[in-house]
Formats: sequence, C-alpha cells, structure tokens
Amino acid sequence: MIQRTPIADAVTYAIMVLGFILLIGPFLVIIAGASQTMQQVNAIPFSFLPENQFLANATQAWQRADLGTAMTNSLIMAVLVTAGKVALSSLTAFAIVFFRSPLKHLFFWSVFITLMLPLEVRVVPTYAVAADLLQPVKFILSLFGGIQIGVDWNLLNSYTGLTLPLIATATGTFLYRQFFMTLPDELAEAARMDGSGPVRFFFDMLLPLSRTNMLALTTIMFVYGWNQYLWPLLMVTDPSYKTVMMSLRSLLPADNGTPDWNVTLAGSLLIMLPPLVVVGVLQRWFVRGLVATDK
Amino acid sequence: MEKRAVFKSWWLPVVFALPQLLLILFFFYWPVAAVVNWAFTLEPPFGGPAEFVGLANFQEAFSDPFYWNSVMVSLIFATVGPLFAISIGLVLAIAVDRQLPGSGFFRFLYILPYAIAGPAAGMAFRFILSPERGLAATLNAAWPDIWNPAKYGEHALALVIIIFIWKWSGYTFIFLLAGLQSVPRALGEAAAMDGAGPFRRAIDVQVPLLAPTLFFLLVTMMTEGFVGADTFGIVHAVTEGGPNHGTEVMVYRIVDEAFKGLNYSGASAQSIILIGLIMIFTFIQFRFVEKRVHYK
Repeated sequence: MIQRTPIADAVTYAIMVLGFILLIGPFLVIIAGASQTMQQVNAIPFSFLPENQFLANATQAWQRADLGTAMTNSLIMAVLVTAGKVALSSLTAFAIVFFRSPLKHLFFWSVFITLMLPLEVRVVPTYAVAADLLQPVKFILSLFGGIQIGVDWNLLNSYTGLTLPLIATATGTFLYRQFFMTLPDELAEAARMDGSGPVRFFFDMLLPLSRTNMLALTTIMFVYGWNQYLWPLLMVTDPSYKTVMMSLRSLLPADNGTPDWNVTLAGSLLIMLPPLVVVGVLQRWFVRGLVATDK
Repeated sequence: MEKRAVFKSWWLPVVFALPQLLLILFFFYWPVAAVVNWAFTLEPPFGGPAEFVGLANFQEAFSDPFYWNSVMVSLIFATVGPLFAISIGLVLAIAVDRQLPGSGFFRFLYILPYAIAGPAAGMAFRFILSPERGLAATLNAAWPDIWNPAKYGEHALALVIIIFIWKWSGYTFIFLLAGLQSVPRALGEAAAMDGAGPFRRAIDVQVPLLAPTLFFLLVTMMTEGFVGADTFGIVHAVTEGGPNHGTEVMVYRIVDEAFKGLNYSGASAQSIILIGLIMIFTFIQFRFVEKRVHYK
C-alpha cells in the first residue's frame, strides 16, 4: 500500500465484495438449492439458506445418473490423460532442447502448430480415425503397391480412444521446454564430463529437477481431463464407458415431470467437486501451470 | 536461445520424440488433412469414391442464411464474452493488487469458477437464471416475460455469454494480477508523490503497463470464444443452439451438421472457414494492435 486513502480503501473492498457475489454467488445458490427439498428449491423468492436434505438429494442423484460408473470412468480418463501428457511431453521437450540435430526444428514446429487448431474444428475426421485407427496406415500402404488390409482397429468405447486424442496436443511440451531452457548450459556439460549419457542425464537430473513443473502440469491436466465434454459424447455409446459430463443430461428434470432441481443441483455439485478440490487445495501449482503453459 | 552444451546423437532424439509425434500424426495431422480433403470433395450418395467438387461446399455454406446467422452469433459471443471477462478480471486484479488485509482470501476464491466445466456450470445456471425459479423468477413475477431464455433467442444468447463470462473472469484475473505484480512499486510511489490518487494511478500507470497482458488475453479469449471447448459445451448443454438458432455458434453448427446432418463435406468446409478466420484474426491483432502496445 502506497498511501493512506480511506475512500479508495472502501471502494476497493466494495469491488472485492461485488466480485465475490458475482463469482462465488452461483456456488452459494447451488449449495443452498442442493440441500433443500423440492418445495423449497422451487419457492419464489429463492432462499439462500442451506437446509439438511443434501445427503438425500445426493443419493437420489447418484442413482439417477449412475454416478458411480461415471465418476470411475472420468477418474480413469483424467488420470490417463494426465499421466500420458506428463510423460510424453517431457520426452519430446528433452529431444527438442538438448540435442543438436537437424530434425529439432521440424519436431518443434510440428508440435507447435497443434496449438492453433483445437479439437472442436477437426473433430469429425478425428472421430473417423478413432473409428478406424489403421486408416492412415492403409492409405500409405495403398499408395506403395496397392496392398489392402482388411483389419479394423476400432477405438470407440474404450479408454484408449477416450484419452489418446486428448494427449496429442502441445500444452505440456511447452511447459517443459520453457523450463529446460532456463537451466544453465553448465548442467549438461558437467553431466557429460562426469561420463553421463543423455538417457542417464534425463532420468537422474532433469526429471528430479522438474518436479515442480510436473506438479503444475498434473493439476491443469487433471482438470482438463475431468472436464472433457465433446469427445466422450461422440466416442462413447456403451453406457459402461460414459463419463460424468455425459451423465449431466440425465440429471435434468424431464420437461413435464417433477421439477426436482434440488436433485439436479446436488448431482452437479458432486460432479464439480473433484476439479474444484484440485484447484482449491493445489492452487499454487495450478496457477503456476496456467501462467506458464499459456505464455 | 540455443543451448551450447548439447548431446550429439541423431537417433536418440527421434526415439524420445517419437511417441508424441506418432500421436500427433494420427490424431492431428491426419484429421487436418482429411478436413481439407473433405472440404473440396463430395461423396456420391450411392457409394463410390469421393468426387472433387472445387468450391461447391463453400458456396453451399455461404448461400445458407443459417450459416451467416451462426457467424453473427459467434461474433457476438466471441467479442462480448471476452470483453466482459477481461474487464471484470482487470477491475478485480487492480483491487486485489492494493493488498489490503483480506485480499488474499478473495484472490483464492476468484479462480474457483475456472475449475468448473462449461456444461456443468451451464446445468447450474439453467436453474439459477431460469425464468420460473431461482433468481430471475422474482423479476418475471413483477414484469412477466422480461427474462425468458427458452423463448427469446437474445435472452438465450445472453445466458450462454453470462456463463462464459462467469467461468473466464477468474482466468483473466490470474493473468492480470500476475502482470500487475511485475509492475515496479517505485512507479506507483513516484506517481503518488506527484499527487496522483489511486484511481488516477490505476488508469494512467497500471493499465498502460498491463497492455501486453491485456493483448495476450484478448487473443486467447477471443480464440476461446470462437473455437473453445467451453463454447461448444455451454451451448450444447444449455440451449442446444436454440431457440430458433439464436445461440447456434459456428462450432456448434459444424458438429451438428456433421453428426446429425451427416454432411461431412459441408462441415469440413465450415471448419476451414473457421480456421481461416482465426488465422486472419490473430494476424490482424498482432499486426495492428501490437503497434500501440507498450512493452517494457
């Protein structure tokens, strides 16, 4: 604080409280609504006071949307996306930063371009590839000699299909690249003088040093994986593979049915909870990952 | 910046980068090539290889009034949403940056909406801003039909934009706060000595110094508004493009056309237009806006 200005301080607090009402208010409505009975939640005007019905509503939502299965699937998907991303992007960044090789720029740019086009604009052919993974291979084979293969490798309704296309983007690679660039050149020199090869250097020095980055990347990738919507919606037709974002829809009260929004809100709250906990508890790492990957 | 001490090997980097490059090849470059291919070809209705049709798919899109409607909706969505999200983030960041007692608590809370997936937030907002219950019901009781997203396209568009703003304000806040904290304190102190009050300092010292961050956020937020996962998710979960195409953003129309209308060629042509639009857009912003941005 630079100078003592009571009026400006009062305005500052007023702004911060207004921000609280705008950004946290919706959470308070959800919490209040999720713990009320159906009569209370539909009352006009809405009461912001939480009641004691949350467990009953949550149990009902859990059964209605089969949240047990959906939560398990989303958890598996989020963990696989996170693990795949953390592992693969560190390997690629290592290849880009620490080797003198003519291919380095090719690698860099082919990864960099993926940042430009998100899944949404190329979702149709990506779906086609997932429905028949060997399609590109078949095409190349038919170019060279007209060999036809009749095997289809279908990724629909599988964890592989749910996660692989989401790992194929560049975010994590840049986080690692940025970090590797900040390391002093002497580090690799010293390792080389001590007789360490690149593989040993990577596993024994770089990975332990990048623990902070890994944690930051883990938090943002977990939230990213958990919150996936469009891709699972297209990929999954078998209910045993459905994710939480898909089960949101079954939580909605039917158009002419009973308006039990208390159950809907309780279910949505359960679905929102895991990423909310990650961002709340690991906020330092999350913010770090956010600021570092996007620059 | 080049590293001097690098390892010499031609095959090791290939081995290290191979897993990700293969994934990108299968799930990025191949699909992108397919989009381009489909955009200029048309599959005959009774099977057989796709025929090259030139720009016919594009002409079809351009002559469709619903396509122009989706362009309009996307433009509104991707300008109004980001402008509000950035303004709210900016005001909150300047307030929190004054570091009054308790501001750490607010900083902790403001980022929380960003954790929520667009569709999940959408589900909750369908209740919160529903015309019959929640918070807007009182308003509707006093003035019937003043707010009804299920009936009026403009209201529905406002609703999905509000959800976008709610989610992304915390994100812009984090970046702007980080930007403010890197502004040297001495600058503010000097301005205060010259007699500038807190508001004057915010407008004449802090905001100009934030220009690079604001510029960066404008580019990212507008791209997010045009093609982001949340844009599709919010619209799909809240309004399904309706009522009467009032919230049909470009991404929604592409996915709808491909998977409901099974018109892959039309959807691909629209994807190409969207990709082109984003590229032109980023270029214009870098070319013209950056000139007026003060770095350092």
